[in-house]
Amino acid sequence: MNIIKFLDEFTSDNLNKKMSSRREVFSTLGSLSKKAALVAVPFGLATSSSKAYAAQDMDAAVSALQLALTLEYLEAEFYMMALASGVLPSGRPESVYSQISKHENQHVAFLTAGLEGAGVEPVGKPTFDFTVGGMFDPFDDNNSGQEVAYAQLLALAQAFEDTGVRAYKGQAGNLMGTDFLTPALQIHSVEAKHASEIRRLRAMVAGETLNPDALGWITLDNRGPGMPEATQAVYDGEENVVQGGVNLVDATGFDAVAVSQSYDEPMTGETASTIAGLFIVS
Amino acid sequence: MKKPIIKVEKAAIKQNNAGSSRRKFLKMGGLAVAGSGLLLYSCSDDDDVMGPVIGDVFDLGSGDLGILNYAYALEQLEAAFYTNVLDGSYWAGASAEEKLILEDLYKHEVIHREFFKAAITGAVNGDTSLVLPELEFDFSGVDFGNRDSVLGTASVLEDTGVAAYNGAGKLLTTPEYLVLAGKIVSVEARHASAIRSIFLSDDTAFAGDDVIDSNGLDPAKSPSEILAAVGATGFVKTEFTANQLPS
Repeated sequence: MNIIKFLDEFTSDNLNKKMSSRREVFSTLGSLSKKAALVAVPFGLATSSSKAYAAQDMDAAVSALQLALTLEYLEAEFYMMALASGVLPSGRPESVYSQISKHENQHVAFLTAGLEGAGVEPVGKPTFDFTVGGMFDPFDDNNSGQEVAYAQLLALAQAFEDTGVRAYKGQAGNLMGTDFLTPALQIHSVEAKHASEIRRLRAMVAGETLNPDALGWITLDNRGPGMPEATQAVYDGEENVVQGGVNLVDATGFDAVAVSQSYDEPMTGETASTIAGLFIVS
Repeated sequence: MKKPIIKVEKAAIKQNNAGSSRRKFLKMGGLAVAGSGLLLYSCSDDDDVMGPVIGDVFDLGSGDLGILNYAYALEQLEAAFYTNVLDGSYWAGASAEEKLILEDLYKHEVIHREFFKAAITGAVNGDTSLVLPELEFDFSGVDFGNRDSVLGTASVLEDTGVAAYNGAGKLLTTPEYLVLAGKIVSVEARHASAIRSIFLSDDTAFAGDDVIDSNGLDPAKSPSEILAAVGATGFVKTEFTANQLPS
């Protein structure tokens, strides 16, 4: 499937509509597949059972995974190019990027295998432009200098990781009742670990380790010192302090800074697609 | 220098031995406890008890309520731990960055704890007999004046939290609860990453190969696995059971 077409079609409205019927179908199938001990594919979604899914219901879970794969392609290529650019200092920065790069490649392979195992053709890898038409120079291709390029490598990594965390969270409901849910959660928390470390590395480089907006967690909807304004969409909505109907500032006496840090907010598929789309040429 | 992890492991062996007698005991009592999610249930008076063993020991409950109480127990543990950390001499003399991180973790875990208390109480229409009571803890195995002990224990607790939420997600049937668990687990993962990053010298420890598998996945553990591990730490004094949670 063409990536742009896929992203265009991806709206959370469509995905959320069918929740209850989809859950019914999936949970029925889930118990069937357990009995049959189907473990051949990573997600346990055997192709032989796929006809049990209503086409619409299947679409929501598959679309969630296709979006996840798209974001993983983006991250995987970004880290690969970062490591090849020569911009990253050796030592901690290079080690951190290498470790994350390894995970993102593993996520691409895992999601690809999972979709194929479910009899679905994975979306193809898009063509990326991490300069966003020349706005950034993270790999120092235009001789902006190592310092500028490195700062942009860190800023983009932070934006991608924080987006990944929110995007996976936003898709959890679409995977509910399926065997895809747990692996998606297991990727989700790894993205959060990446986000924390990239944020802390960026803070160290910028000399901002005591800045409350530059910690491993997100404060209010603050993108943090030195983050380009273009990344603000990644943080909008993170200032929420009401969880499950409970205003936690009132309930705990802690301030909105601490309360907002304690919860990461989900992001709709639409928003995640829009953010990813900034870096996709075709 | 003694590390808390070693103490934890020592305790684990002791508790595991006790665990087998607990299971045997439960079997004798005629209870169907698949995988035995029983936590710290004292068996000292085995011979005196016939029939139901629960008595006045709190059981987490079944379904979403059971999972929420389970999460509440873990958040109580984390919150109590960091409360002790901030009262300890290591924290008082730590670097500004470590102080800030640990203070944030304290706040976040207390906020998570208070959230579960309020949310569960609301979900059961105020019937507090269904809400996990405030647990008592014993952190005598942790040296709050020692960096290795504090950060080592913190790292174990944060890793445990991530694996617990990842494993519990599929057990939830209410979409709103799943999203809430998702909102919390990524913050626990951010904690785990930061603690491991400042504690361990390996630059890849924040998401290390010792935790993350070859598919790039974090662990997802069942309630019974998690409760057995938590029980093994010896930190939880108040007895409670998890007899109705899926193993």
